[in-house]
Amino acid sequence: MSDKKKIMTSGNLAFAEAMRQIDPDVVAAYPITPSTEIPMKFAEFAANGKVTSEYIAVESEHSAISACVGASVAGARVMTASSANGVALMHEIFPIAASFRAPIVFGLVNRSLGAPVNIHCDHSDSMPERDSGWIQIYCEDAQEVYDTVLLSVRLAEDSRVLTPVFVCQDGFITSHCYEPLELLSDETVKKFVGERKALYPLLDTDNPVSYGSFTMSEYYFEIKRSQMEGMNNVLPVYAELAAELEKETGRYYPPIESYRADDADYIILIMSSASGVVKDVVDELREDGIKAGALRVRFFRPFPRKELAALAKGKRGAAVLDRSASIGGTSPLAAEVRSALYSLEEHVPVQEYIFGLGGRDFYAEDAHSVFDDLIKGRYTETPRFIGLLEKDDKNERA
Amino acid sequence: MSKPQCWQEVPLATVAFGASALKVQTGLWRSSRPVIDTEKCISCYKCWLQCPDDSIATDDEGKVAGINLFFCKGCGICAKVCPADAIAIYPESEFSEEDREGGKTGADPGEVGAHVG
Amino acid sequence: MSALNIKEMIGKKRTLTQGHRMCPGCGAPTAIRQAFMGIDYPVVVVSATGCMEVSTTVYPYSAWNVPFMHIAFENAAAGISGVEAAYRVLRKKGKIDKEIKFVAFGGDGGTYDIGLQSLSGALERGHDFTYICYNNQGYMNTGAQRSSATPLGANATTSPAGSRSSGKLQRAKDLTEIAAAHNIPYVAQTSLHNPFDVMKKVKRAVETPGPAFVNILTPCPLFWKIDTSEQANICKLAVNSKFWPVYEVIDGKYYLSYEPKPPAAIEEFLRAQGRYSHLFKKGAERFDLVADAQRDADENWEKLLAKCMR
Repeated sequence: MSDKKKIMTSGNLAFAEAMRQIDPDVVAAYPITPSTEIPMKFAEFAANGKVTSEYIAVESEHSAISACVGASVAGARVMTASSANGVALMHEIFPIAASFRAPIVFGLVNRSLGAPVNIHCDHSDSMPERDSGWIQIYCEDAQEVYDTVLLSVRLAEDSRVLTPVFVCQDGFITSHCYEPLELLSDETVKKFVGERKALYPLLDTDNPVSYGSFTMSEYYFEIKRSQMEGMNNVLPVYAELAAELEKETGRYYPPIESYRADDADYIILIMSSASGVVKDVVDELREDGIKAGALRVRFFRPFPRKELAALAKGKRGAAVLDRSASIGGTSPLAAEVRSALYSLEEHVPVQEYIFGLGGRDFYAEDAHSVFDDLIKGRYTETPRFIGLLEKDDKNERA
Repeated sequence: MSKPQCWQEVPLATVAFGASALKVQTGLWRSSRPVIDTEKCISCYKCWLQCPDDSIATDDEGKVAGINLFFCKGCGICAKVCPADAIAIYPESEFSEEDREGGKTGADPGEVGAHVG
Repeated sequence: MSALNIKEMIGKKRTLTQGHRMCPGCGAPTAIRQAFMGIDYPVVVVSATGCMEVSTTVYPYSAWNVPFMHIAFENAAAGISGVEAAYRVLRKKGKIDKEIKFVAFGGDGGTYDIGLQSLSGALERGHDFTYICYNNQGYMNTGAQRSSATPLGANATTSPAGSRSSGKLQRAKDLTEIAAAHNIPYVAQTSLHNPFDVMKKVKRAVETPGPAFVNILTPCPLFWKIDTSEQANICKLAVNSKFWPVYEVIDGKYYLSYEPKPPAAIEEFLRAQGRYSHLFKKGAERFDLVADAQRDADENWEKLLAKCMR
């Protein structure tokens, strides 16, 4: 269509560009690598009159998310971004935002949590927030980030959902790499996102309500159960919205992307940017006559367990590649996958892998070796590590 | 609005509705009770200004008329700040059971609700 | 500013209603009641975690007759920053037409200690709001622990008086001065024994464009170990002994609100409260600490006078 525009941009700038088009009422943010560009670019938009938003340059991530909650509860459309320790500092407020049904859209640019301090990607910042009551969507590339931000505004604010969203992308790999991106026109975006209609806006002084009451055992449970209903409605509402946006973009993103997995014998389950390499390797193996496939998990909360079970049914082996560890337990994605597949009558063997911590690169040869493990039936009780320097390795650090 | 009876009835977003605490009879906590001698009262409002529980009842003309025993917790501040010695504190045990339960003396809580609404 | 008329206030819609569950004789609801008495605008209130927050919002009831939000302990100022920013933008966009004022409050724990960064940030950014600290000089919601507002010598549960300690061994932080150092348009210190001083100052704070900070001395009978009827008397003594000077800082200029003539001795203020009784225990008196408290009060007073407009 003629009103679309192709540009070269990065994941961060794609997020910022979507923000400019959405023109949220309030953005409160604090700089942290690698998400800094998002508020920086947005502040520039605000300073040049490209948006009508109030940009609040707060003094910490904790205050950023607190101000976002205040603005969202007030009735405003609110967005922000952060990474790593910034996300961890906000941790206390995430469940409160979700309980307040504050539909904040949050650019979470994945970065490893210290210590040791490291600015590169893994999912150790977002995974601890999986029980915070927020929707978590993991994007593979800048285009998906852009499209997902638009969808997330509608999804978060839908009266059946009213739940904040983390739009996750891999730090540096997605956030800083330039790639071609198709933008919708400003008018199309404005029409798609519409205006927020808040349920109990704090600024309605004629109908005063109190948020964040002191609630003991008498009602806490009921309020939490009520909150879960919003999350339960996410996937069906998302399907409606994604189909609506597809009419504009021609692109559709299911909760789990299935790449040549339908007739596959062996599959890798993975999230975010590293799935690109896996897809390439799937293509190579297919040329050799090996029925390989990939499932890229986009929604981690709510976790699409039924969809996953249907997609993984009948496979001869599945490898789950986690970009974060749950030290002393099963890695987050592996735990969800095992749990979802438990319902299948026919057992699908699952092997857990941990890769890419602190931005360690993930290569095609790594994906090859994972498929090789599956084909040869090499399963271990404990997770395997991809690309880790082991004692007897021949590779040496220069 | 009546209390929610199941999770489906709980308002979304942790919300409680404004001024709903007017149903809460904090007067049941009271172990001693202020009594105003309206003859002595000079309506200086010192008690009204210092009452933590907004329990000094006033009449239509805005004059001090008594204690709202539905809410009064019996702290005794009103008696302490009264310059006319018009308020005295008595142990609740000196009043009848029925009198203590309902807080029947003093203003009707319905009237209190009226100017809050 | 319109004059403060009690009869008008009595007939006015309440901001905080009855039916809250603060302890009998607590100073905090009195201070907050007084604070809102003189305000004629629609207000939105954000509160830090604390006694007032917990006891006024016992679900499913709320004693707030205005929009009210509590997020967490340390972020009332950040939360109201967001609400106020939302108001400004929604008003600019024509979605709200009335003038609304914004008031955040917290106890001294949520203001002097855990909420200081968020408060400082909001003051520096210049949001149009008023922050009220109801200052009972410690953590009362969790059972009388010491805070940085707890004065020298006070027996608090985390600075207890024992055989080797005489209560809190450090001085209280001067938060009013810290607020003033942000060069905001309005800062005041007041005490609930003088309701008109509280009302006048909060009214001025609310009506002043930009950030304002008001610190109100509000006794806790349980911590201060005073009778539930003593809140006004003990506050009066705090002011008369120069323990708690009442003053304003308007656009950087200091104005003393009241000068006790002659001032009462600090010892009189300390002896009136059980939290200092260990200082006067027969055979183990700590008159040296009493003297320190007196010297602190005198020095602070002189420093304040030197700054005040005459």
